[in-house]
Amino acid sequence: MALVHLTEEAFDKATASGLSMVDFWASWCGPCKMLSPVVDGLARKYEGKVMVGKVNTDDQPGLAMRFGVMSIPTVVFLKDGKEIDRKVGVMPEAAYTAVLDANL
Amino acid sequence: MYDIAVIGGGPAGLSAAVQARARGRSVVVIGGDVRDNALYKTERIDNYLGFTGVTGPELLERFEAHARAMGAERREGRVLSVMPMENMFYLAVGSEVEQARAVVLATGVVQAGKLPGEAEHLGAGVSYCATCDGMLYRSRQVVVVGRSADAPREANYLKEIGCQVTYVSPRQPEGLRPDIPFVQAGKLRVLGDRTVEAVQADGGTIPCEGVFILRPSMAPAELLPGLELEGNYIRVDRSMATNVPGVFAAGDCTGLPLQVSKAVGEGQVAGHRAAEYVDTLIQTG
Repeated sequence: MALVHLTEEAFDKATASGLSMVDFWASWCGPCKMLSPVVDGLARKYEGKVMVGKVNTDDQPGLAMRFGVMSIPTVVFLKDGKEIDRKVGVMPEAAYTAVLDANL
Repeated sequence: MYDIAVIGGGPAGLSAAVQARARGRSVVVIGGDVRDNALYKTERIDNYLGFTGVTGPELLERFEAHARAMGAERREGRVLSVMPMENMFYLAVGSEVEQARAVVLATGVVQAGKLPGEAEHLGAGVSYCATCDGMLYRSRQVVVVGRSADAPREANYLKEIGCQVTYVSPRQPEGLRPDIPFVQAGKLRVLGDRTVEAVQADGGTIPCEGVFILRPSMAPAELLPGLELEGNYIRVDRSMATNVPGVFAAGDCTGLPLQVSKAVGEGQVAGHRAAEYVDTLIQTG
């Protein structure tokens, strides 16, 4: 499964089962742009194992509100639809793979 | 992509830029407002070889003119994050991203002390980037903690996009919109259970959901996770290399004494070694 751009309507279905990683971002945010290739890479690396999605907080303020995203980038990890962890700010790739590998 | 990105526009950064340009490398110097520069605030310098009784701003102006004449590009902004990729680095500057093969950290002394409650609420109301996170706080109450010369501008931006802004700083700010309330206070604390609920400023309490803490530059360890420190300073070797390959450091951020000539000397070494590092990358790449 390639990277999915998630909307409020699609979110629950997309994250309902298995492991998901969702990157909350916006176009005016430099650190988000910087994290983008890392998230793209993880989507390829974990294809078929993890649902990797992105939420544009500008287009989807409801989702940002629902997850209490107060600073971007924020990456939220979900298992069967429930949040299990989150990382705020830009981190090295290993910080994300550690969470994914521990929960696969 | 630049060969070398220098973070900080003081004596160390400009010296590194001049040296790297002398070796034919492209250079961008990214720094904040000149008024935040320690040298700019120095009234008189008597121990910089060849100059007596020179003022800080005068000396800084000469350094800047020299770097400009050598072809170093200049960008005003606060670097929020540096990320090593394969043989290059991404640098987030506000809403933009720059790329460089090597990085010289010349951020000056960064106040290591955080506000009480700051670290606990990072990502839960505490933010360092008005451009990035401002939109998430539209129509909500925010406090701007102004610790840098460009902080009033960022507070104005937050006001313009619809945040309810209160500005807190120890001194009267310059250039703050008159419709933004200003609270003069030095002793601050971020309050809140899980997320930010208020800022305690000297005696009073200001309710808010967001706190934008705007310092002249980010602390090096936050800028680049994994960077080794020695106390509050960046650990470097004789080549001014840090523990992260391709990242060098110079000037006040590497330790005492906090003197112009020491910064210029270290900047020279850092610029030279960074250029050598890039030469090797290009030859082997």
